[in-house]
Amino acid sequence: MSEPIAIQGPLQAPLTSRVGMTGFAIGIAIVGIIAVAALIGNQFVPHDPFTQDLGNRLKPPFWMEGTQAGHLLGTDQLGRDYLARLVYGARISLLIGIMTVITSGVIGITLGVLGGFFGGRVDDAVLFAITTRLSIPVVLVALAVVGLMGSGLGLVVATLGLLLWDRFAVVARATTMQIRNLDYVNAARCAGASTMHLLVKEIVPNIASHLAVVATLEMALAILLEAALSFLGLGVPPPLPSWGLMIAEGKDYMFFSAWVIMIPGVALFVLVLGINLVGDGLRNLLGSERLR
Amino acid sequence: MTSAIEVRNLRCEFRVNGGWFAAEKRVIAVDDVTFRVPAGSVLGIVGESGCGKSTLARLILGLLKPTAGTVLVDGKRLFDLDRKARARLIQPVFQDPFASLNPRHRIKDIVALPLTAQGTFSRAEIERRVAQILERVGLSAAMGERMPAQLSGGQRQRAAIARALVLEPRIVICDEPTSALDVSVQAQILNLLADLRRDLGLTYLFISHNLAVVEHVASEVAVMYLGRIVERNETDALFRAPGHPYTQALLQSVLTPEPGRGVPDIGLGDAMPDPSNIPPGCRFNPRCRIAVERCRTVAPSPMARPPQGMVECHLA
Repeated sequence: MSEPIAIQGPLQAPLTSRVGMTGFAIGIAIVGIIAVAALIGNQFVPHDPFTQDLGNRLKPPFWMEGTQAGHLLGTDQLGRDYLARLVYGARISLLIGIMTVITSGVIGITLGVLGGFFGGRVDDAVLFAITTRLSIPVVLVALAVVGLMGSGLGLVVATLGLLLWDRFAVVARATTMQIRNLDYVNAARCAGASTMHLLVKEIVPNIASHLAVVATLEMALAILLEAALSFLGLGVPPPLPSWGLMIAEGKDYMFFSAWVIMIPGVALFVLVLGINLVGDGLRNLLGSERLR
Repeated sequence: MTSAIEVRNLRCEFRVNGGWFAAEKRVIAVDDVTFRVPAGSVLGIVGESGCGKSTLARLILGLLKPTAGTVLVDGKRLFDLDRKARARLIQPVFQDPFASLNPRHRIKDIVALPLTAQGTFSRAEIERRVAQILERVGLSAAMGERMPAQLSGGQRQRAAIARALVLEPRIVICDEPTSALDVSVQAQILNLLADLRRDLGLTYLFISHNLAVVEHVASEVAVMYLGRIVERNETDALFRAPGHPYTQALLQSVLTPEPGRGVPDIGLGDAMPDPSNIPPGCRFNPRCRIAVERCRTVAPSPMARPPQGMVECHLA
């Protein structure tokens, strides 16, 4: 399908373009740089993220005294290169974010669109599922699942994916209800189109912009939750260098080597900020387009 | 001759939830409507906003389920037909061409939808037919590649008409097809619809609040008031000698292009008709200038009116 056309009203253009677009550009730049680093960054870092070198433990990064040549961001408590671990951790954060968004998006959008489109009993069931889900505290359930079944990347993704679909469902349901009785949906119905066609071709493309905004929010949330779980030792198992795990492992050394927790902390902050800026920008860009 | 559309005792109610504490209200949008449209003719339906015109169109298109009554399309019960057979018989042209075309699809994909939904046409056949119908409604092939947002209102309505006709249906339901368009474009669209009807032998149900438009296109006119057809007759007869006081008032309300005359006072008062609270007796009596005591208690039944019409009024 060809590119959708963004319709911008003359009144909205000056307001959104200046402020919103700068943030959007910064967000895209941040997320883009981190994504590139995650994909090919290890080619440029001369160290392996898992190789220990106990003689060179806790070497500070380049801007501090006593830094070790070759270890740009220093080393951790086991002498592993911090830049290599940071780059590898970006891969884990992004992977978890994307996989969680895909899993929860599929669940939430399916439920929301079905409930919004059919209404009645189907909608009651979907609403019940949403309220049930909202009554479950995410972190507690994630802790319990990981505690019972052991930790692992796949398990974290599955747990978060099965827990974070509520916002997708709420937004998909509300927007579907807004457009399900519009004339183009009626016209497609009169054209003899199947229900599947109505849902997939007429409804979903027209709520996609709203869902894209939700996706960025959920991705940021999933990345933060993974870090939190890893920090508690219930996320990604060591020695995999998740950013949350790096903070957890460094917390014993933070009084004398504060950068061990500051570097992954700042990385996490910047990534989540970047994703949220992209989400804001998307909303500004697509918000001016009327639901038709 | 078989009727293209036959509607028998059609009734459609909506239940409106008044909130937690208010009682549930029943809105009777279409109340015991019966009429038939002979094949090849045009029935115009006029009435003010909220009188049930569009609900009637939706019932005949099968977009709404009637509370009671039947709709026969080409002699077959509408709800016995599956969605594909229905699409081959009857197609809509909606009021607002800005809402009736999916903003995410190309024009030619929108126009092709009735063909692709049938699932029996080859890709080449679909392309050929879409190109043919686009040309017939006056859109160039380049327009087919565009998105709806890149078209003007008139062009969009042409695309909507192309979509309605690409499957070669027998019946087209036009729900105010020109009222969202600029005046300069309205005539073009009306002439296009008239030409297409003549060339393809179509039957139209033409819904409008614009009497001049209906007089121009319809062979027969039905006047709706609060969900009922209160008068029906051949177009000339109805416009020459309206029987129902509501029809008379509607005809007087037509604005003249003459400057300085202002908006005519048609004597209907300020009371708005409310389909959730239909008055007893004749439903028009609170606004009727000539209502007598009997109008407030006894509902009038349809009476024949020459040459082929009917009117529901005690005094006509």
